[in-house]
Amino acid sequence: MSAADSKARREGASTSRARLRHRFNGWLNHHRLSAADSLARVLDNPVSSLLTWLVIGIALALPAALDVALDNARQLSDKWDSPAQLSLFLTATASAEQSRELQRELQERPDIAAVVFVSREAALQEFSQLSGFADVLDSLDSNPLPDLLLVTPAPEAGPVTALHQELAADPRVAEAVLDMAWLERLNTLMELSRRIVLALAAVLVAGVVLILGNTIRLAIESRREEIVVVKLVGGSNGFVRRPFLYTGLWYGVGGGFFAALLVAAALWFLGEPVARLAELYQSSFELGGLGLMGSLNLVVLGGLLGLTGAWLAVSRHLGRIAPR
Amino acid sequence: MITFDRVSKRYAEGHEALSEISVDIRQDELVFLTGHSGAGKSTLLRLIMLIERPSRGQLIVDGQNLAKIRARGVPGHRRNIGVVFQNHQLLFDRSVYHNVALPLVIAGYEQREVGRRVRAALDKVGLLAKERALPITLSGGEQQRVGIARAVVARPRILLADEPTGNLDPALSAEIMQLFEAFNQVGVTVLIASHDLALISRLRHRILTLRDGRLVSNRA
Repeated sequence: MSAADSKARREGASTSRARLRHRFNGWLNHHRLSAADSLARVLDNPVSSLLTWLVIGIALALPAALDVALDNARQLSDKWDSPAQLSLFLTATASAEQSRELQRELQERPDIAAVVFVSREAALQEFSQLSGFADVLDSLDSNPLPDLLLVTPAPEAGPVTALHQELAADPRVAEAVLDMAWLERLNTLMELSRRIVLALAAVLVAGVVLILGNTIRLAIESRREEIVVVKLVGGSNGFVRRPFLYTGLWYGVGGGFFAALLVAAALWFLGEPVARLAELYQSSFELGGLGLMGSLNLVVLGGLLGLTGAWLAVSRHLGRIAPR
Repeated sequence: MITFDRVSKRYAEGHEALSEISVDIRQDELVFLTGHSGAGKSTLLRLIMLIERPSRGQLIVDGQNLAKIRARGVPGHRRNIGVVFQNHQLLFDRSVYHNVALPLVIAGYEQREVGRRVRAALDKVGLLAKERALPITLSGGEQQRVGIARAVVARPRILLADEPTGNLDPALSAEIMQLFEAFNQVGVTVLIASHDLALISRLRHRILTLRDGRLVSNRA
């Protein structure tokens, strides 16, 4: 290769790079223009834009508010979760001495807050009183009940289930029962509610996409002539599509913003009675909100839905508009 | 520059708009296309712009066989051709400046370059003072000149015009034709469809005459 050749090549490479940069800048420029122009058009019709934002905002606020409510309920139930009690039924052969020794042993553990010893005699007495089977029980020649240790785990300790497994493995323990039935019921109920909220959210999100799709369809119709002219002078589909995608984005972002606003307003409205109720129950519970991240997520979600709706409308309707 | 080789266009409903058209237009030419309305003038222009595709025959524009350009390539092809429409096809919600700037914005020029070129084009058609005006406030002749400025602003190699003087009085029409001649003199291939025979026969350029979709005369 001669020096002239390589020079020409270098220049060729640099001009094609310059052309690429030029095209990229132009593309970026048009994005900026489209974004600004679409925003100006949305703001030019404040009333209809506000209505669209509110419709989307309400549709998004409903599942978001329910989700916040569930979060709060979960926080409450988490507080109830920790002091769950373990009942250790000791082996029938264990003597009272051995049982007391196990009680002392357990009490020294850092992950256990308290151990209450219920002797088999005391248990029998309590049972005969409460059950009304005193006569029957009296007729037994030996006490069928084992010694019982009621173990309360320390609140800062790890999951109760780990402790449960460890204690159940102790040879002196015949059976370790974790009284969690009510907690399981609550958790199942929470799971059910979560699914209902999810289903509701899915339906409403689909609704938002359709609303936005329709709004963008109307925008496309009203600018039909402009689209024809742009296509006549060589505008690509991407070029024609861009302003409508931005319009969808702005509607969605605005809708997400209004949804966050509505949720915040609802929480503010409920905050005082909830605090008073908590006070009456001697609880330090405070109503949790969406938070900054949650609100931002809602805005981002709105934007994505807006883009999706716009994309659907654009891909369905833009192709049909061609110069005649 | 533009070569029709036995090109026919038959519409779906069976009407044959063009049949067996063969003609060659050189790069330095300004050619008039005439004939009654419905003779196929517009169809011929639409084939060059790829608004329609030929049913038969081959069409080569600027060295490119149009049959080889797929849907994705159509916008790029149109960017190399300036077009002037009878009804101007201006956007009435934006200023003269923004109308003329449209092809440059589509092609992705930087704003400074856009401004420079738009003003140069408006200067050529004598409308530099009207850049901020809305098209609706302009006269028919002025609107047509905005359309011409938009057609030439991206410096295309080919300029097509469909009845550019259709709604204008003779004096204005002659002025518009002079503009086209000026562009032709700087190397743009110009093809003008017009039924204003009195006007175009006074100008010394080749005239193609269409009748019922056939090329009946091709005289210089």
